[in-house]
Amino acid sequence: MKPLSVRVWRGTSQGAFQAFEVPRHASQTVLDVVTHIQRALDPSLAYRFACRVGMCGSCAMTVNGVARWTCRTHVDKVAQDGALEIAPLAHLPVIRDLVVDMREFFDKWARARGRFQGAQTRREDFARLPPQSAQRVQVDAAIECIGCGVCYSSCDVVAWNPEYLGPAALNRAWTLARDERDTGHVGRLRAVAGDAGCHACHTHMSCSERCPKNIAPTASIAGLKREVAKAALRGEL
Amino acid sequence: MARSTLPVRSETLLWIAQRASAALLALCVTVHLATVIYAVQGGLSAAEILARTRGSFGWLAFYSLFVLAVTVHVPIGLRPLLGEWLGWRGRSRDAVLLSFAMLLAVLGMRAVFAVFL
Repeated sequence: MKPLSVRVWRGTSQGAFQAFEVPRHASQTVLDVVTHIQRALDPSLAYRFACRVGMCGSCAMTVNGVARWTCRTHVDKVAQDGALEIAPLAHLPVIRDLVVDMREFFDKWARARGRFQGAQTRREDFARLPPQSAQRVQVDAAIECIGCGVCYSSCDVVAWNPEYLGPAALNRAWTLARDERDTGHVGRLRAVAGDAGCHACHTHMSCSERCPKNIAPTASIAGLKREVAKAALRGEL
Repeated sequence: MARSTLPVRSETLLWIAQRASAALLALCVTVHLATVIYAVQGGLSAAEILARTRGSFGWLAFYSLFVLAVTVHVPIGLRPLLGEWLGWRGRSRDAVLLSFAMLLAVLGMRAVFAVFL
């Protein structure tokens, strides 16, 4: 197989793409390519990964212009004429090379009240939730988020409105808004409403298109809009 | 939220108004276009059209509703556009949009009464 022509972002917000030639292998992933560059060609390359099997959400990068989880992205699927361009995730400050600062991304989870608030103690019995109940089915559809930031990096509204909480934080809020054990519903709906919250979503659906876990944050955000509207009409907000 | 100029409840009520006015507009635009196509195909003259609209409380009510829906829908839709494209949030944006809504209402009702009276 012909070697792969790879251009990799070097620097911070200022910087340039550096060209490398990387040998091709069967079933090679984009993360394999980046790892080869760092181990064999330029040990100063900074990038982030942990599990390599699509569980931890730390290796997301922009590959040929599209945010992807690199450990589960095969070179065969994304290389264009044997070429790859690998850049850090968009909409987050670059620390160095392919590593972005995720603080703002996760701070927004906290601002969206992405923390479970319960009323039970450990002395009480387990809550019994029928897996087939309508609410639990909605939670299940959105719960498998690994926090990789692909949706946040793919969302145009995040670029236009830097205060916007973004698809992942709102998706998390939705899983709690549908959790019948949670006691912080009204406060959370207040936190996710308005210009920086669910009402800023334009339903472009880039997040749903690109989520590697096939979650549809757009649907979660639409659910939040409905719940927020109901709460507003009931005078709870 | 940090840069929202209105309380969360008001933002939400604006969103509800936007959705409700959109539903009304879908109906109004359909009826309006169907009427225009019907009137043109039938070869009605301006005088014949005016003869049907003048004094008709049905058409007055319909087009007043249409103007109301536009007056509500357009400024709320422009609001995020101004915020996202121009970075214009804050009170001045809402004041200008409120004035724009009133302008739409006046111009719209002027047109409605032009064919009613």
